[in-house]
Amino acid sequence: MDKILRVDMNNLSTHIEPVPPEWTALGGRALTSTIVAGEVIPTCHPLGKDNKLVFAPGLLSGTTAANSGRFSAGAKSPLTGTIKESNAGGLAAQMFGRLGIKALIIEGLPKGDNWYSLHVSKDGVSIAQETELIGKGNFAVVEALEKRLGKKTGVLTIGPAGEMKMLAANISVKDSDSKLRSHGRGGLGAVMGSKRIKFISIDDSGAPGIQLADREKFTAAARVFARALLDHPGTGQGLPTFGTAEMVNIVNEAGGLPTRNFTYGRYEGHETISGETMRETIIARGGKPRHGCQPGCIIQCSQVYNDKNGKYVTSGFEYETIETLGANACLGNLDQIAEADYIMDDIGVDSIETSVAFGVAMEGGVLPFGDGEGVLRMLREEIGKGTPLGRILGNGAGNVGKAYGITRVPVVKNQAIPAYDPRSIKGIGITYATSTMGADHTMGYAVATNLMGVGGGIVDPLKKDGQVELSRHLQIATVMLDSMGLCLFIGFPAADIPTCVPALMDMINARFGLELTPDWLGGLGVTTLKTERAFNQAAGFTNKDDRLPEFFREPLPPHNAVWDFTDEEIDEFWNF
Amino acid sequence: MNITVKLFATFRFGRFAAATRQYPPSTQIGEVISELQIPESQVSMIMLNGRHANPDQRLNDGDSLALFPLVAGG
Repeated sequence: MDKILRVDMNNLSTHIEPVPPEWTALGGRALTSTIVAGEVIPTCHPLGKDNKLVFAPGLLSGTTAANSGRFSAGAKSPLTGTIKESNAGGLAAQMFGRLGIKALIIEGLPKGDNWYSLHVSKDGVSIAQETELIGKGNFAVVEALEKRLGKKTGVLTIGPAGEMKMLAANISVKDSDSKLRSHGRGGLGAVMGSKRIKFISIDDSGAPGIQLADREKFTAAARVFARALLDHPGTGQGLPTFGTAEMVNIVNEAGGLPTRNFTYGRYEGHETISGETMRETIIARGGKPRHGCQPGCIIQCSQVYNDKNGKYVTSGFEYETIETLGANACLGNLDQIAEADYIMDDIGVDSIETSVAFGVAMEGGVLPFGDGEGVLRMLREEIGKGTPLGRILGNGAGNVGKAYGITRVPVVKNQAIPAYDPRSIKGIGITYATSTMGADHTMGYAVATNLMGVGGGIVDPLKKDGQVELSRHLQIATVMLDSMGLCLFIGFPAADIPTCVPALMDMINARFGLELTPDWLGGLGVTTLKTERAFNQAAGFTNKDDRLPEFFREPLPPHNAVWDFTDEEIDEFWNF
Repeated sequence: MNITVKLFATFRFGRFAAATRQYPPSTQIGEVISELQIPESQVSMIMLNGRHANPDQRLNDGDSLALFPLVAGG
């Protein structure tokens, strides 16, 4: 990868730059965070002229390495005020990789009220004024661009929520079925909206493609790597069979399934929204129980969910969405949750932030718990149209809590806590508290070790022992995955199958002609986390922000577990 | 004694989701697993009344036993 594309929206100019030497061995999150930390004023307003939106493929993206097509988006988050990286599947990472584009950096704000689009190709990036698609949903944008530019065009797009700069707004990525994957968390869609860019189209025809330094070594290592993914029972069997919704019954059994706005740890209707039920429903209706978010995925944890008449409703139907609407907002109905998932994708809001916001809104009496029709109506008519209520909901759980005077508001650094209650699964609570990006399970997925013993044995989820060390280890390792362009679930075989990490190193070295060791990978994790934290500190964050909300001191049935870490115990996380 | 046995994910294939079953007093969890013809190496998580447990633990009347294969991602 040999070039950086830079877009200056202040004067509508574009530039192609060489890759600075210090960025050569960086990709994905390590690169977006390095660029944001290096070029963005930490105290700037995230929706103002000084924020930058950065896109970067992973180091392995575009190669034949399995599951290496995750695309990173970074900026200062308008939701949290911290640095942010959010990664997604779809086609963009592999197209950028083949085009030799290391990163796309978008800076400045245009003058006036016009909207624009960007077009990325082998010739660089260009800016055009856009009128036709303004106000349109993401699915309509993809459909229109395929007509305008051809079926193969890649697309990054924001929906109405991003145009209205809502803090839950996401950036959608077209996948190989012309459906959507999302840079969901942190409100990056609002940053793109602030720069008045409705979409970015990508044409990779005539791309130079990937030049491997050592093709033979790469191919051999890629084979070992793929074998490790297939041999691990989590990535080889569980995820392809039941999708991520397999977690519903496990987390329920463990007493950590957020229910009724984080009031209970078990949901009586858990079977109706479980991965087991979803699989049976999908098969009976002619959907697809297995599906990849990116070409080259061999885990296939995604799915295509149809309605009772066999008509497509949604894909990429994830545990977090299903749980936070199904149990936490008490919808208990997969068909309604699937429809909500589709609408959220279309209007362009994060399905975690928005679903948790509905739980808080229900506690505030905006609508009753379990009111699925109300959720669907508010998504379409309030958030989608930007009414005053819609803007409150679309600004996320924390802002809904403030607007309605609620104290049970599950956020850290103003970002919604996803579908694991930290009182009963304490390792993930440390991740929520200390993450450089607000509450986010994917920053250090301690759930797998707490509940299933992935990575060398169970760390008791109800006890404090070992949780800080576990979260630290996972947060460092996750930077590696996020920087290679690898799916988060590679973490399971990487932890349990001894051939996996050496194969990864061999692929990186054979790709770039380097001699890096696993120590380098760990160093990349440490350096990136510290870079991200330094940005946050310069933006005004302190240890006092690494805390869970007060209500987690209240006991959670059935175990009556409480969040009982002291401040000093949490702060020990950063002692490395 | 009556034990509620709950199976999840692939363990349900050809078996059941949840059932109340009769076992002699002091039955060990491992004995229930082998009676169900589940290879113990495939059992990744055992929960007894919602808490982690081991195959050598003995059951009491009215216990709820949940068995999971390795399914690890959300």
